Amino acid sequence: MAYSEKVIDHYQNPRNVGSMDKDSEEVGTGVVGAPECGDVMKLQIQVQDGVITDAKFKTFGCGSAIASSSLATEWLKGRTLEEATEIKNVDIANELALPPVKIHCSVLAEDAIRQAIDDYQKKVGYSPEADSSATAEESA
Amino acid sequence: MTKPRIYLDYQATTPVDPRVLEAMLPYFGDLFGNAASRNHAFGWEAEKGVTQARQILGEAVGASQREIIFTSGATESNNIAIQGVAKMYAPKGKHIITASTEHKAVLDPFLALQNQGWSITILDVDGDGALSLSDLKAAIRPDTVLVSLMHGNNEVGTLHPIAEIGAICRDAGVLFHTDATQTFGKESIDVDAMKIDLLSASAHKLYGPKGVGMLYVRRRSPRVRLEPIFFGGGHERGFRSGTLNVPGIVGFGKAIEICLAEREKDHAHITGLRDHLQNRLNTELDFVHHNGHASERLACNLNLSFAYVEGESMLLGLDNIAVSSGSACTSASLEPSYVLRAMGVGDDLAHSSLRFSLGRFSTLQEIDLAADATVATVKRLRDMSPLYEMAMEGIDINSIEWSGH
Repeated sequence: MAYSEKVIDHYQNPRNVGSMDKDSEEVGTGVVGAPECGDVMKLQIQVQDGVITDAKFKTFGCGSAIASSSLATEWLKGRTLEEATEIKNVDIANELALPPVKIHCSVLAEDAIRQAIDDYQKKVGYSPEADSSATAEESA
Repeated sequence: MTKPRIYLDYQATTPVDPRVLEAMLPYFGDLFGNAASRNHAFGWEAEKGVTQARQILGEAVGASQREIIFTSGATESNNIAIQGVAKMYAPKGKHIITASTEHKAVLDPFLALQNQGWSITILDVDGDGALSLSDLKAAIRPDTVLVSLMHGNNEVGTLHPIAEIGAICRDAGVLFHTDATQTFGKESIDVDAMKIDLLSASAHKLYGPKGVGMLYVRRRSPRVRLEPIFFGGGHERGFRSGTLNVPGIVGFGKAIEICLAEREKDHAHITGLRDHLQNRLNTELDFVHHNGHASERLACNLNLSFAYVEGESMLLGLDNIAVSSGSACTSASLEPSYVLRAMGVGDDLAHSSLRFSLGRFSTLQEIDLAADATVATVKRLRDMSPLYEMAMEGIDINSIEWSGH
């Protein structure tokens, strides 16, 4: 497996490994993947005043799955929820120079981000119709 | 500081024993002749080397040297045996039997024959990779001409009872081929006592060179006939045309000579180290599953699943240690090991499997370093595994509805 130095670095020094209290009002949790597929990612965000103040992950998966989720937590910190939705799998794949067969790892990371945001928004009673800023998001 | 490289993938291939290399070298020099050149000394010298090797290899399975056909390796031997028997005996019947945990070099020729109109039966195995002999008996039909079942499994090391299989086949009047790639030179084999009609083996699994293998073809009671799969100068009794790989064959002969002379020593050494490795990993880690049979197994093989961590990420952590994994992520197909699947091992545990395979040159120090590295890597990865976290919290992973992808 010819992995990029960035993947190896995230694998050897994963950023933000850990768990948060999933019952906290400030925490959104996303769990995606399946054990029988060889990838499960858990990604959590802590949100204060609409800004992600902390992010944590735990991943069962190959080196690029670990690296994708580690990178995602790095990118999430300090972003608003709206900015967080702008993180796309291609950005993760490009940043880590993932080989084509590993692109699904970056897709999984993007899914985990979405799920974590959705989970948080459900908790605080957010509905997309009530917030006009969300409709500006491109669907590409 | 660079870490020492440790090779624990002896079931993939072995290093050439220096004594084998020494025996081969003259055949790359002055003794370069073509063994099929009958009219000059160059040919005679080459033929002498080949004949010596043929003699030793025949004796190693209790056969006559005239029953040994040289090939490029066990894949070719399996193909010649399976396709050769199927095509030659087609007028008698077009049904052939194998099992789900065989090597692809057996399964794929079976599937190819199925596409050409043969009827095939692929026997199931149990959770240990073991066959049911009553299933085998039940599968044999009046039109069955061949049973092909391996001696020792390359992934999980389970040994099939080939003497009992041979007896069943002989009683039924069906030819028995065994792929002995993983056992030749390591386990005791006698083609008469075990009623084997065809046997495949390869030099590079037993400290010989790559690119040379053999097929034992029984000459009497019964005399096995084969339709060649390729044609040419009629070498090797017409079963396998092509100029012989003389240095490779000489190396194969030397390699088996050493294996036979040192078999007990090698076996004790390898079993001792294997048990030490297994004990250490079982003691120092929880949730470790052994894949394979507890007793009917190859000495060199240790296939373990480390639950809640994924195989490829373990290999990445064991970067100085050569082992292999049944995880999908290590294969081009993204499918986990079909052997583990056939044994009913769940895909999650198949993704978490590592195969350690030990050999003659493995040392206790290497095994301890490998155990240290494996324990450290598994613990580190479990610390970042959401599945291990759930297991620790008492959540049953199988009770969760996963999204999949």
